[in-house]
Amino acid sequence: MTASSFTSLLIWLPIGAAIAVWVLPLSRYATGALAVLVSLLEVGIWIEQLTRFHFSQHGLQFAQKTTWIKDLHVSYHVGEYGFSLWLVGLTVVAMAACIGYGFWVGRDRPRAYFGLMLFLTGATVGVFVSQDLLLFYAFFEAMLIPLYVLIGVWGGPGRLGATVKFVLYTMTGSLFMLAALIVYGLKAGTFDLVDGPTSVSRWIFLGFMLAFVIKSPLFPFHGWLPDAYRQAPPEVAAVLSGVIAKAGLYGMLRIAITKFPEPTSYYRTLVLALAASALVYGSLLAFRAPDFRGVVAYSSMAQSGLIALGLFSGTNLGYDGAVLQIVAHGLVSTALFLIAGTVERRTTTDQFSLLGGMAKGRPALATLLVTLGVISLAVPGSALFAGEFLILAGAFQRHWWWAVIGGGAIVLAAMYMLRLISAVLHQARGSTVSDEALDLRPGELALVVPLVAVLLTLSAWPAAISHHSFAGDQPTQQVETQFK
Amino acid sequence: MIHTPHVDWFAISTILVLLGASFVALLGAVLVPARARRAFAASVSALGFVGGLVTSIWLYVDSANGHLVISGAFYRDRWTMLSQIILCGIGFATSLVAVEHVARPRDEHISEFFALLLASTAGMTFFVGSGNLMVMFLALEWFSIALYVMCAIDYDVEGSLEAGLKYLIIGSFGSAALLFGSALVYGATGRIGFADIAHVVGSRGLAGDALLVLGLAMIIAGLGFKSSAAPFHMWTPDVYEGAPTTVTAFMSAATKVAAFALAFRLLRTAFPQEEHLWSWAFAGIAVASLAIGNLAALVQRNVKRMLAYSSISHAGFLLIGLSAGSALGGRALMYYLIVYAAMAFGSFAVLAARERELGEAVTLDNLAGFGWERPFLGVAMWFFLFGFAGLPLGGGFVAKFYVLAAAYRHGWAWLVIVGVIATLVSLYYYLAVVRAMYMRPSAELHVAPVRGGSPPREPLLHVAVGLALAVSVGSLFAVGPVIDLAKHAVNALPF
Repeated sequence: MTASSFTSLLIWLPIGAAIAVWVLPLSRYATGALAVLVSLLEVGIWIEQLTRFHFSQHGLQFAQKTTWIKDLHVSYHVGEYGFSLWLVGLTVVAMAACIGYGFWVGRDRPRAYFGLMLFLTGATVGVFVSQDLLLFYAFFEAMLIPLYVLIGVWGGPGRLGATVKFVLYTMTGSLFMLAALIVYGLKAGTFDLVDGPTSVSRWIFLGFMLAFVIKSPLFPFHGWLPDAYRQAPPEVAAVLSGVIAKAGLYGMLRIAITKFPEPTSYYRTLVLALAASALVYGSLLAFRAPDFRGVVAYSSMAQSGLIALGLFSGTNLGYDGAVLQIVAHGLVSTALFLIAGTVERRTTTDQFSLLGGMAKGRPALATLLVTLGVISLAVPGSALFAGEFLILAGAFQRHWWWAVIGGGAIVLAAMYMLRLISAVLHQARGSTVSDEALDLRPGELALVVPLVAVLLTLSAWPAAISHHSFAGDQPTQQVETQFK
Repeated sequence: MIHTPHVDWFAISTILVLLGASFVALLGAVLVPARARRAFAASVSALGFVGGLVTSIWLYVDSANGHLVISGAFYRDRWTMLSQIILCGIGFATSLVAVEHVARPRDEHISEFFALLLASTAGMTFFVGSGNLMVMFLALEWFSIALYVMCAIDYDVEGSLEAGLKYLIIGSFGSAALLFGSALVYGATGRIGFADIAHVVGSRGLAGDALLVLGLAMIIAGLGFKSSAAPFHMWTPDVYEGAPTTVTAFMSAATKVAAFALAFRLLRTAFPQEEHLWSWAFAGIAVASLAIGNLAALVQRNVKRMLAYSSISHAGFLLIGLSAGSALGGRALMYYLIVYAAMAFGSFAVLAARERELGEAVTLDNLAGFGWERPFLGVAMWFFLFGFAGLPLGGGFVAKFYVLAAAYRHGWAWLVIVGVIATLVSLYYYLAVVRAMYMRPSAELHVAPVRGGSPPREPLLHVAVGLALAVSVGSLFAVGPVIDLAKHAVNALPF
């Protein structure tokens, strides 16, 4: 097996395992164990790639290309750039934690459940490594299918409405992206992202952007978000906000900004305004949300806004910060949703009015939640602080007022995060919190602690990502030359 | 003295094999004792279709240089043969399902059912290769009459009889339109051969001639009836709902293949000078089909009816490929037909299983829990529905991409947008079925098998659904080979 085929392996290993899980009549325990094993294997493969990746080298690495649809010049083309490597890493790590959580809580109908989670892993990795538009689109859509079923079958009482909203919103965006990519690909004569030329068509740009702003989501395209994040099982909400939403932001970087430089600068102010609105509005909603998941859900919308602010500032600092922030926030929100899940398991609710006082006698829970909260509100020294600082510095270079709005939102982040921590851990003991509700068990710690450890490592060394996402020191130049 | 034309028997061997099998199956009705009749007729039918597959594949390989045989009556080329391969495949799968699913009380007529199935497929395989208007009409009547009877085969069930009668009356109307249109075209050109018509129109400068255009319009209307495109669709939901589900599965897949394969050949060969007219006409019909099919499907509770409307909307997508009129459009059409035939057949076959289990019509309510009770059929249905919706779980995704690409190449970006919006609307009702199958507990809805106990085993139905699933998923990964097949087929047509 050549080094390049590891990229394909990252996609097809979990999908193959998904099929195996569906077909083989394994026991509940064996199914979960197999799924966890495969997800850890994914992490292993990714680490192997990480050690061999040349961060200073320009162009695509670990690439693999075969013809798929010859007469329309569509190919199966996968490969990784620095930033895609980090996104793949985020995916495999977060998915491993979420699959582990599903195993720990013992989801019903394990074969269907773990099969879908593995399928989702493969499809999401596919999104981040595809270097062909149609392939990208196929994986982008393929993510939706397992999510739809995961929310619809294992979700909360309002799951049916949540799935309809989720699918209709995201598909609206995706289908316009399909139209846009057909037009782009046929005009360019190729669907390849590496060879494809840039385009000046504003309509095509808008078609792509619609899909990405809904997926991220930015204001005012976030209508699906509250229901989906609240009704999904916690580990699926974790994947949604930690990984899937990032696919929209990745799409902005890889396709919208790179392939459409002229439309990007034409619509820059509009997108920045939407991003800033998402940031401020999301933060305000998070501050008002009456439940744990609501806060995390709206804060991920705010963070998506912030990241989009960095990307569309079009500056070196903005790009570097955005990639760092994507990974760091992905890990934070995954961990926070998992913690929300553990709280719900103990108290049957995530409503603040019924929670409180959980810190007493539960040191592990309290420590982890406070650590994550502090990282999440971007305390200086944390990975999120590094990301936000870079983004705001980049936005400042575009115009000072973007940085002012962003800076204001960070204050709001502190407010909603502290409110969350105090409502869950401190204050008077909530009516659903009983003494029998134990502290985090070793199994749960094993899921969340590694995520926190990675975050602390990134806090100590944010340059691991921010200086290793784009070859050379000039991300803007990389974007202009389409990463060649 | 009448000169008999030279007959290339090999060229029509698929048709002969199917007809031969049909006669044998029919003989079984009198010669084979009643208890062995079902097994006998089904085996003959399956073998007949396998034979048809062998000859049509052989002919596909052997007919690289397409030409007319039997005095210009029949095209021996790869377009014909690929269509025949698809039709025989559908017929084979139908035979498998019919063994278990054509109702038990009618064992005494089971041979007739298989004989009709073979005969109608033979008619379709003849239809797709027809080289002149006369043969086209005869073949159309041939397979239609067989289908009318198949729809009404459950003659003591009111719905089945109604379906048969409705199909007969409206189908005859369509046939009449086609015949009248053919007569007008003959009147204008004095020719019935497809290629001759184009030749005469070109040499005598008849393009735009009122008689010719009127004839073309009526032919389009006639083919519209057969392919259940709006506004010629009104029979579709009633007939699909009323006919025995096995017949619906066969009809929804096979008639579309036959009608679209013939339509593309006819228009490319006989009316290339009128392309601007028919491509606009088909674009209009496509939009109407997409709109009516999708909007009407949204409000259906009966799943068979919903899939009937969905088949109208898919006729719309196929028409987009047809209206592009280009080689790319032809490839898109063939690819779409292969994938669609598999998905349509498979989804109706799954419904047949549920219907038999419950003993009543399948609705969104009584589908509840089906996915968990019968995992294989549930997952297969899941794949078919997502495939219909154009999500990348199978060839349905590439098929949509292809027809939309063909429309854009033709310069019709607006048709791409229409297709995209139609897909979006369709998601709602396809997902409603998935939701019903997986996300609603059956206990709370009091759905129970009609005879109690576990559902019937139906191994052959599972094989048929498995085949459909293999085609619909495999075509996503094997786009290259399938498109190559379609490309060779399209090369037989004049451009």
